[in-house]
Amino acid sequence: MRLAILDRGHSFGTKALFAFIRLATRQPTPEMIKLIGYRPGFFGAHMKKVTHEAMRGSSAWSVGDRELMAAWVSRVNACEYCIKAHSAVAARAYGDAPKVAAALSDLEAAPISEPLRATLRMLGKLTREQTVTADDMRSVLAAGVTSQQIEDALAVGFAFNTINRLAETFAFSVPGPKAFEAGAKFLLAHGYR
Amino acid sequence: MTNISQQRKALTERILDGAGTASQRERQAAFENTGLAESAVRMLSQKVAMQAGAVSDQDVAMAKASGRTEDQIFEIVVCAAVGQSTRQYDSARAALDAATSRG
Repeated sequence: MRLAILDRGHSFGTKALFAFIRLATRQPTPEMIKLIGYRPGFFGAHMKKVTHEAMRGSSAWSVGDRELMAAWVSRVNACEYCIKAHSAVAARAYGDAPKVAAALSDLEAAPISEPLRATLRMLGKLTREQTVTADDMRSVLAAGVTSQQIEDALAVGFAFNTINRLAETFAFSVPGPKAFEAGAKFLLAHGYR
Repeated sequence: MTNISQQRKALTERILDGAGTASQRERQAAFENTGLAESAVRMLSQKVAMQAGAVSDQDVAMAKASGRTEDQIFEIVVCAAVGQSTRQYDSARAALDAATSRG
C-alpha cells in the first residue's frame, strides 16, 4: 500500500475485525477490505452499497455473469488484484473456471452467450476509450441484450472502473490463490455489504 | 433490475460535499480532473483518472512533498477515481438513451 494510513490507520474496532478475518480465513487481511474499512463514512460504506446493488441486485444477468464483467473490466484496466479476485468469484459462481479463463484470454472465441459477449465488448471499449457511441449500444441491443441489462452492466462497469483505479493507485499487493479462494467464498455467500 | 442511482448519488455527495481533510474545492477539482492548481496533486489526479496503472511511488511521494497529508491524498484519489468512472457511466447512459431514442 502506498499510503500507510490504509495499512495501519484504522480504528480500534476495525483492527479487531481484521484480526478476526485473519484468524477465520488464515489469510492476510485483503487489501480491498483495508481500503473499504478506512474512514468508511467517507468512502467505503457508500462504495459497498453501490457495489452490492450492482453485483447482487435484481438483474437478468446471473451473479457469475456480473462477476465475469467485473473481471473483464479489471483485465482491460490491467488491475491484477481485481482480475484474480473476480475471476475466482466468477469461476465459483459458474462452477466453470475454464469458461472464465477462456473469456478473459480470448473474448471472441470463448464459449459464452452472444448477448454476454456483446456486452463485454461494449464494457471493454467503454473502459479503454472512456466513452461509447449509440452505434456501440445498438450492436449490443441487436445481440439480444435488453436496455435494462445494458444498464445493469454499466453499473458493474462503474463500480469496477472506480475500484480498479484505487487498487492500482494505492498499489494493492497481490496474494496467492488461496487468499482469493477464501475471498470468493465470502463474496458469494455474503455479497459486498 | 439494478438501480445504483441512489447509491451513486449518496457516494458522490459524501465525497464532494461532506466533511473532509482536503478542501471541497480540491476534491471537486480532482473529481472533474480539471483546475487543480498544485502540480504534483494535479499529476497524481490525472494519472488516477486516465492511467491508474502508471501511478508510481514517486507520484505519491511528490504529492506528499507538496504538503498534503495522507488523508488528503486519500480523498483526492477517491474523488479522481469516482469522477472518471462517473464520466464513463454518464457517457454510456447517454449513448444508450440515443440508441433507444430516449434521449
